[in-house]
Amino acid sequence: MSEAGDRWDAACLALRLLAVDPDGLKGLCLRARSGPARQTFLTLLDAIPLPRVKLHPTITDEQLFGGIDLTATLAGEKIVFNQGLIENPSMMVLTMAERAGSDLAAKLAQVLDGDKGHCLIMLDEGAEPTEHAPPALTERLAFHVDLDGLGARDLTPVLFDHESLTAARARLAHVPAGADEVAALVTLAARFGIDSLRAPLLALRTARANAALHDHDRVTAEDLALAVSLVYPSRATMLPADEDEAPPETDQPAPQENPKEGDSNEPSGEIPDEMLIEAVRALLPAHLLDQLVPAGTTRGASGSGGAGARHKGNRRGRPLPSRHGRIDGTSRIDLVATLRAAAPWQPMRRRATPLAKGLLIRPSDIRLKRYEEKSDRLLIFLVDASGSAAMSRLGEAKGAVEILLAEAYARRDHVALITFRGVAAEVLLPPTRSLVQTKRRLATLPGGGGTPLASGLKAASELALHARSRGLSPTLALLTDGRANITLEGSADRTQAAMDSETLARLIRAQAIPGLVLDMSARPQDTLRVLAAQMGAPYLPLPRADAKRLSSAISSALEG
Amino acid sequence: MTAPFPFSAIVGQTAMKQAMILTAIDPGIGGVLVFGDRGTGKSTAVRALAALLPPITAIEGCPVNSARIEDCPEWAEIGSKKVVSRPTPVIDLPLGATEDRVVGALDIERALTRGEKAFEPGLLARANRGYLYIDEVNLLEDHIVDLLLDVAQSGENVVEREGLSIRHPARFVLVGSGNPEEGELRPQLLDRFGLSVEVRSPTDIEERIEVIRRRDAYETDKGAFMKRWRSTDTKIRNRILAAREALPRITTPESILRDCAELCVALGSDGLRGELTLLRSARALAAFEDDTTLSREHLRAIAPSALSHRLRRDPLDEAGSATRVARTVADVLG
Repeated sequence: MSEAGDRWDAACLALRLLAVDPDGLKGLCLRARSGPARQTFLTLLDAIPLPRVKLHPTITDEQLFGGIDLTATLAGEKIVFNQGLIENPSMMVLTMAERAGSDLAAKLAQVLDGDKGHCLIMLDEGAEPTEHAPPALTERLAFHVDLDGLGARDLTPVLFDHESLTAARARLAHVPAGADEVAALVTLAARFGIDSLRAPLLALRTARANAALHDHDRVTAEDLALAVSLVYPSRATMLPADEDEAPPETDQPAPQENPKEGDSNEPSGEIPDEMLIEAVRALLPAHLLDQLVPAGTTRGASGSGGAGARHKGNRRGRPLPSRHGRIDGTSRIDLVATLRAAAPWQPMRRRATPLAKGLLIRPSDIRLKRYEEKSDRLLIFLVDASGSAAMSRLGEAKGAVEILLAEAYARRDHVALITFRGVAAEVLLPPTRSLVQTKRRLATLPGGGGTPLASGLKAASELALHARSRGLSPTLALLTDGRANITLEGSADRTQAAMDSETLARLIRAQAIPGLVLDMSARPQDTLRVLAAQMGAPYLPLPRADAKRLSSAISSALEG
Repeated sequence: MTAPFPFSAIVGQTAMKQAMILTAIDPGIGGVLVFGDRGTGKSTAVRALAALLPPITAIEGCPVNSARIEDCPEWAEIGSKKVVSRPTPVIDLPLGATEDRVVGALDIERALTRGEKAFEPGLLARANRGYLYIDEVNLLEDHIVDLLLDVAQSGENVVEREGLSIRHPARFVLVGSGNPEEGELRPQLLDRFGLSVEVRSPTDIEERIEVIRRRDAYETDKGAFMKRWRSTDTKIRNRILAAREALPRITTPESILRDCAELCVALGSDGLRGELTLLRSARALAAFEDDTTLSREHLRAIAPSALSHRLRRDPLDEAGSATRVARTVADVLG
């Protein structure tokens, strides 16, 4: 059986189990672009014994939870309520889940937690690895199915036997699970680095659903293996401890056709859950190693994609629901919403002021428009201009920065320039879009003196945080030779200086400022490699760089 | 409404459970903030607390749960004088809630059908004398946060809009939960919570197995499970009631006051709210543990939850603030 065919079978099996226990398993997250696989899968959803309700990421509260039907109320002079879409137990199908905001995610999570019999099918159409459905929701759903890249020929026809599903549903409550089974599931979750306790719970319910489907008296080892292989792979943050190699730092996803990434190293010793681990390992996605989240770092730390973070404004961007407010000259009025707010009061206000003509609008009716826009990116160049950084290399660095500036200009990025030399760092150019100004400052950049690397990092992280608070998304590019010899206080002490810069590197990582480290020394240095790792940034040694190569290295690292 | 998971059946998470019990003993402590990873039982604990708490007595039909007829707001036009017992209100504040729903607004139904100006109470009214629970509090819209802060501080909700001028009591315990990875909380709101706890998934395998086992038993047969835990839940409830009685009788030695002050100075917490909360929660703890005098032990036990969210951020200190508090407590109290 082909790898794609296996994936399709697993997806169908997940759906079958969901049909047995939609309330307990909570749902499924389907990652696939539109295509025959997705289409076929969606028609199969009919197997789930709940009414289907379609949601979209910009759905309003009134549509979700119900509210007053304004038109009908005004026409009938009697209050008419709209029923919310999710009032009754239903199968909620959320399309374009990767665009759902955290507020919608929180509301749906509340609905799922309410145990009212809802189940959620999320259709995640994310094209990039950085686009994904809200984790607050994926975490609550039992299954994650990836059908990307499946063609029509991979789809074996499936027929759901509704009678057997109904019979399984009736059996579900009577399938016991032993203490050993529970223990096995929990231990295994821990070995795959799954922190949340929802995972073993969902796996247990999956095993039970499978036992009910196949008319087992109790949950068997076979049920467990299946449950683990369906629930754990997408949540794993590490491979079992006998394979403790660090995840590679490369950004290229491994080729899809490489199905046995985790099999290179057979686990040794007597492990009772051997079979279960194998079951998961065969199903781990091939590029999992790249996605593993290193323990202790936040997800945001790795994101350095082209587009900046989102923030709210009142001028530009994607519209958000308008809200009550005052006209203050900086925001725009949402005319339609304002009129809607004023409409119900017209008869009453007319009674109060019979002489007034036209619409009676009060300040409390005013609704303001709000928008959410992608923020601009800020490239912070942190350039080592010390004596040791060698005057010749400084020239190359300048050239690279100039080439990057041209690119930044084309992309409307902001840039800032910080240098460090002598005993302190200096912000040579605060965040700007002015190309000319940057070039001029750069050309006159002097060199020489000690290497106060720690001060440079400190200045850069301060600038980055400040920029972030103004809505920019900062990225840090450090060009240095790494021989820190001036401490944060400005005294010459090589050991203390190295310690200081390491502390700050960790701080930068903790604040999730993406960046990269370019080694411009004649021979690549291990200290800088360590520093880059502590910063959580890619490390690029460039022993014989010219400006063009330096620039292409930076570009590719930032794009990755 | 299905019965929520019993409070006493929650495995581990002692700090969270303790903080919630203390606010139940003395609502004046001012709320609990629970921060932690997903799937650690934050929501479960809050909903369980609601079921655990003893019922309150209120005038029938009063929208703000007043205990006495003279406390009922005029606009409510209460006809009955009957006193009924109702469960302690635990009101959910959903993330997308509009301002109207939170503070209350003109009663549209009556305005449209009868042309009368009447007030329709919002969530704040319903939460009076109870709990207001905000899941994902760090994602709450800023203007709602401002509003909550104002009401939580004054204990009164004032509505001046759409020609209405209404005020009603709104004394509630704010319980917030959230995942710090998804967004930070503004320091102003942070400080307003009396206690803060950080929850983590248990690392001990046995403990984790026990969690799954209990949850599974609960989901398989709710009735039997509730029955099994009812007596332990009742025991906690009785202890809370006894502690409420005992609270005014707790004596506070001068030396403990000094300790509180020294702790807060050593930690550099802003304002005096730190000392006050520390003292109040330590007294509640003493009452819960059947002690009559406040001792250093109580301070030590409660200091991390009462103080860790009041520290100024020190960007160079990588250790969490709870560690810093523990370190300082060890220094000051010996």
